[in-house]
Amino acid sequence: MSSPAPIRAAFRQAIGEAWGGGAGALLPIGFFAGAAMLVPFTVGSEASQLSAIGSGVLWVALALASLVSMERLFQADLEDGTLDMWAQEETPLFLVAASKILAHWLVSGLPLVILTPPIGIALQIPAGELVPAMLAYGLGGLSFFLWGGVAGALAASVPRGGLLIALLALPLFIPTAIFGSLSVQDGMQGPNVLFLAASTMFALAVAPFAASAALRLAVD
Amino acid sequence: MISAFANPHRFMALSRWLAPTCLVVGIALIAYSVWQGLWIIPEDDYQGGDIMRAMFIHVPSAWLAMASYMGLALCSFIWFIWRHELADMAAKSIAPIGAGYTALCLATGSIWGKPTWGTWWLWDDARMMSVLVMFFLFLGYMALRAAMDTRQKAARAGAILAMVGAVNVPLIKFSVDIWSSIHQDASVLRMDGPAMPAVYLTPLLIGALGNSIFFASLTMMLMRAEVWQRRSAVLVARKLAGK
Repeated sequence: MSSPAPIRAAFRQAIGEAWGGGAGALLPIGFFAGAAMLVPFTVGSEASQLSAIGSGVLWVALALASLVSMERLFQADLEDGTLDMWAQEETPLFLVAASKILAHWLVSGLPLVILTPPIGIALQIPAGELVPAMLAYGLGGLSFFLWGGVAGALAASVPRGGLLIALLALPLFIPTAIFGSLSVQDGMQGPNVLFLAASTMFALAVAPFAASAALRLAVD
Repeated sequence: MISAFANPHRFMALSRWLAPTCLVVGIALIAYSVWQGLWIIPEDDYQGGDIMRAMFIHVPSAWLAMASYMGLALCSFIWFIWRHELADMAAKSIAPIGAGYTALCLATGSIWGKPTWGTWWLWDDARMMSVLVMFFLFLGYMALRAAMDTRQKAARAGAILAMVGAVNVPLIKFSVDIWSSIHQDASVLRMDGPAMPAVYLTPLLIGALGNSIFFASLTMMLMRAEVWQRRSAVLVARKLAGK
């Protein structure tokens, strides 16, 4: 009999880790805001220029910020032996992995989405585009976290694997980034939104299994 | 059938003469194709004059870049399901050679693109983008394998990544295809026959064949080196154990 207890435990633990030890969930937020802040200083602060590239800049910042905390996502569980316990449970490991990634997205990914409007205003994105853009960032961010979770699970047993995670995950981010930025340009209408949703669904279908296979590898 | 090839002894016996033979044949065919391409065939003004001669390196390397990624994914799959060690060695050996061919494809494409399209690189182009992403997938694969502390872990992590990348490649291809493109369409492998005169097509196909054989030879050599390394590791371990 498989019990949902490990799934709930993984979820609760990911929520708890966000606020315990280090800056936790504040790190991606700070990185996101800082990366976006550098843009006016580097490309120039003219309003017309910024509003043309603003939503794209936010996609880049979102993709990079979602990688910031991926290194610790499964590494801490491997170090303290939690992962060994999960691997021995009858509950399918892919459900535990999915639950952990989703909880991680809730505490580290969702704040980034909520933070988009103020940063978007600072980057001169028109006010009417902010709410549609938030929806797109929410959908795309989930897919970033799923692929990032696969990379994090693969690199869990590698000490200081943060840059390795970026190298593994960024190529997988490309469909989401393309469909995401196109659907923001289209004002969240038309086929590109559906493609964005489809690519997130695809990540949801594939990533938990790949992550659990990678976690089994880290355990033995 | 796969199991028959999964025997390392049989592989070593076969590759002992097959690898050097392939090397000689591959280099000869490549040399013939490049010689034909650079000196013999007539200039084609429609394709931008002499620069189209880059085709004889660019097109085979583009085909091999794609084929080697498929080979990497296939070998990873075979290793993951049946645990044939040779499949893992093949995957490990394909990665650097495939990355090299992918880099060659990007470089020659860029050199070809500058005089014909007036730009070294174009972000909007689906084909360039897919090849670039493939290059990064190869780099990630090699970096991941190198980061693992045991051979088994390297093999498993690499196989998982190669398979995840492989299921993602159609999605990446599809997503970048949506962007507009200036790269010319396929002109050799088409339903209604090649859209290219035989004077160009024959040396091109010979070049593609030569590069494939050359690729196979390099892969076999790296695999042989891997087998020797594992054997020497066993010998060292025996020595240390005092037997």
